[in-house]
Amino acid sequence: MTVRRTPVTILIRNARVLGGEPTDLLLRDGVIAEIGAGLSAEGAEVVDGTGLVALPGLVDLHTHLREPGREDAETVYTGSRAAALGGYTAVCAMANTSPVADTAGVVEQVYRLGQEAGLVDVQPIGAVTVGLAGERLAELGAMADSAARVRVFSDDGFCVADPRLMRRALEYVKAFDGVIAQHAEEPRLTQGAQMHEGDVSARLGLTGWPAVAEESIIARDVLLAGHVGARLHVCHVSTAGSVEIIRMAKARGVRVTAEVTPHHLLLTHEKAESYDPVFKVNPPLRTDADVEALREGLRDGTIDIVATDHAPHAAEDKECEWAYARPGMLGLETALPIVLDVLGEDWPLIAERMSYAPARIAGLDGHGNALTAGAPANLTLVDPTVRWSVDPTGLASLSHNTPYAGMTVPGRIVATFLRGVPTVLDGKVQK
Amino acid sequence: MKHLLSTADLDAATATEILDIATEMASVSGREIKKLPTLRGRTVVNLFYEDSTRTRISFEAAAKRLSADVINFSAKGSSVEKGESLKDTAWTLQAMGADAVVIRHPASGAPHRLANWVTGSVLNAGDGTHEHPTQALLDAYTIRSRMGRIDGLHVAIVGDVLHSRVARSNVLLLNTLGAKVTLVGPPTLVPTDLNASVQVAYDLDAVLPQADVVMMLRVQKERMTDSYFPSAREYSRRYGLDGARLRRMPAHAIVMHPGPMNRGMEITPEVADSPRSTIVEQVTNGVSVRMACLYLLLGGAR
Ligand SMILES: [Zn+2]
Repeated sequence: MTVRRTPVTILIRNARVLGGEPTDLLLRDGVIAEIGAGLSAEGAEVVDGTGLVALPGLVDLHTHLREPGREDAETVYTGSRAAALGGYTAVCAMANTSPVADTAGVVEQVYRLGQEAGLVDVQPIGAVTVGLAGERLAELGAMADSAARVRVFSDDGFCVADPRLMRRALEYVKAFDGVIAQHAEEPRLTQGAQMHEGDVSARLGLTGWPAVAEESIIARDVLLAGHVGARLHVCHVSTAGSVEIIRMAKARGVRVTAEVTPHHLLLTHEKAESYDPVFKVNPPLRTDADVEALREGLRDGTIDIVATDHAPHAAEDKECEWAYARPGMLGLETALPIVLDVLGEDWPLIAERMSYAPARIAGLDGHGNALTAGAPANLTLVDPTVRWSVDPTGLASLSHNTPYAGMTVPGRIVATFLRGVPTVLDGKVQK
Repeated sequence: MKHLLSTADLDAATATEILDIATEMASVSGREIKKLPTLRGRTVVNLFYEDSTRTRISFEAAAKRLSADVINFSAKGSSVEKGESLKDTAWTLQAMGADAVVIRHPASGAPHRLANWVTGSVLNAGDGTHEHPTQALLDAYTIRSRMGRIDGLHVAIVGDVLHSRVARSNVLLLNTLGAKVTLVGPPTLVPTDLNASVQVAYDLDAVLPQADVVMMLRVQKERMTDSYFPSAREYSRRYGLDGARLRRMPAHAIVMHPGPMNRGMEITPEVADSPRSTIVEQVTNGVSVRMACLYLLLGGAR
């Protein structure tokens, strides 16, 4: 039951790094020792990479692992398994656990659980405000100085709505090169909101979540970040208007980064017509025009990264009336396939948006490195020719709330390596 | 037809068939023995998560006149109130052998969810701010009885359209049956993208002279505290139907209200009690129309 910690030497044969010409990769002592054609190494375990694409290990800036508090929905261990199977070598665990990750003690607990699971690096995100209550700052410095070395802070699930508090948070974390990841949602405009406000919500009689509730917060926050010269990260951008505002802010030199989820790149609000809460998510699924704008923003770099917002929920929180269901969807095991579907086989772009850039934003030096000799051996092997059907009960997550049930998606993750140790081989998790 | 969840499920032929059956049912209701053996041995469950004595009694009378066994499953004081999920309740109803479940629920889409979990028919008796199909059918029945037709009529639906399940069901059904619909109310309460084929107007006085039917919606005073409008007084001044406005309507035009009314808010007693008002008929017609729906869902007419 324990992952192999003994030093292993692995020789990957004939893999196509970022879709290039087939080559061999020798992984030894946690790093890529050699890269090139016709490598050999005595005693090395050989992995046949023929037909597979090698990508740097994926990095998720937005994962809900639910531990501590909702271990019936997901644990650090089960979430780590799902992550490894999705090609990830690092995930950032959101702070909205119970208790909230708003102290050094809780972030260190999550960090240690990640180490014990040993399948991906679990990097805790700290809460911005005590108890996510949006009233006073949590001890951001203590979390930064803890063993978990927190650099990303977020009240995700809630918006830091108070403009003065948001300004202070942005300013304060400059001292340790931190970043505030904002869940942009003006709460007064989304009271009771159930889905995107538009023709479908009008027809279904579900309270609307207007695009402007997201856009007004992003507009305010980029101005604040510019004013105090701080870094801002925008979580799960979901509207065309938000893309526009971020594009403008970047042109003006504001230090803003942004993420989009796979589901916002693919699914639209018509999914709510079934009233099946598996499609309920926050921010909600939007329109075709929004999806188009998000894809364009992702291609042109206005949106820096894809993040999953992996949000497992127990059956009873989804098998109920729409209004009573919790928002959120699984994402880790389907993210790469969905992005592949959306962007096509543009491997350098996928590596940038799903590995390099998220690692940079999170300050994870050991991740998001190009696959070259000497780099940490964090990588994943993908078979782009395989198409597979998503089966909710076939996923490693403890919960089954995937919006892609029954859908056929491209790209199977065959193997994942964390510092040279296989966490997934032959599509099976090694722990 | 297996379920009646939305009036969108009804094409013109089916809707007309329901109204025709309802006409026959109405003649039964006029007889001395008001009972038909049609649904003998079948079980109809009234599953009510909201207090609505009017609607529940109407469904109960309809089922009993068709000789069905009726079980009233009120959410108040039952296992439901103790937190039993809709899915678990569905299994209970299944075990009781429910052939049809009539559900009233505060959450939009609850009947759609229930339909996944029971093998019997599900009849939506009002879900959240979504739909209330039998209300729309009884309104259509009432219009047809009074005006002789529906096709080509101009129906104004006035008030809190945003939160009205009655309005949503009526818009769909009236469209299907060939009426022209105008939604009237303050812009805060009238969604502009509800349906591509309806008109939206903010000036009631401008619409009234062109309307054949004026359907008033109940406006809850609580909307005031959410700033949908400044005060009850201002609301009734701008959108309430009083005697003066009634006289702006064509002589043949009728006034409808699904009830319960806020007299003095959206409608004055003078209008509600006038011969132009169909409010009492609507209640009577409700039983016949619900008999027709149960007959069609359970009687195997199609
Ligand atoms: Zn969020």
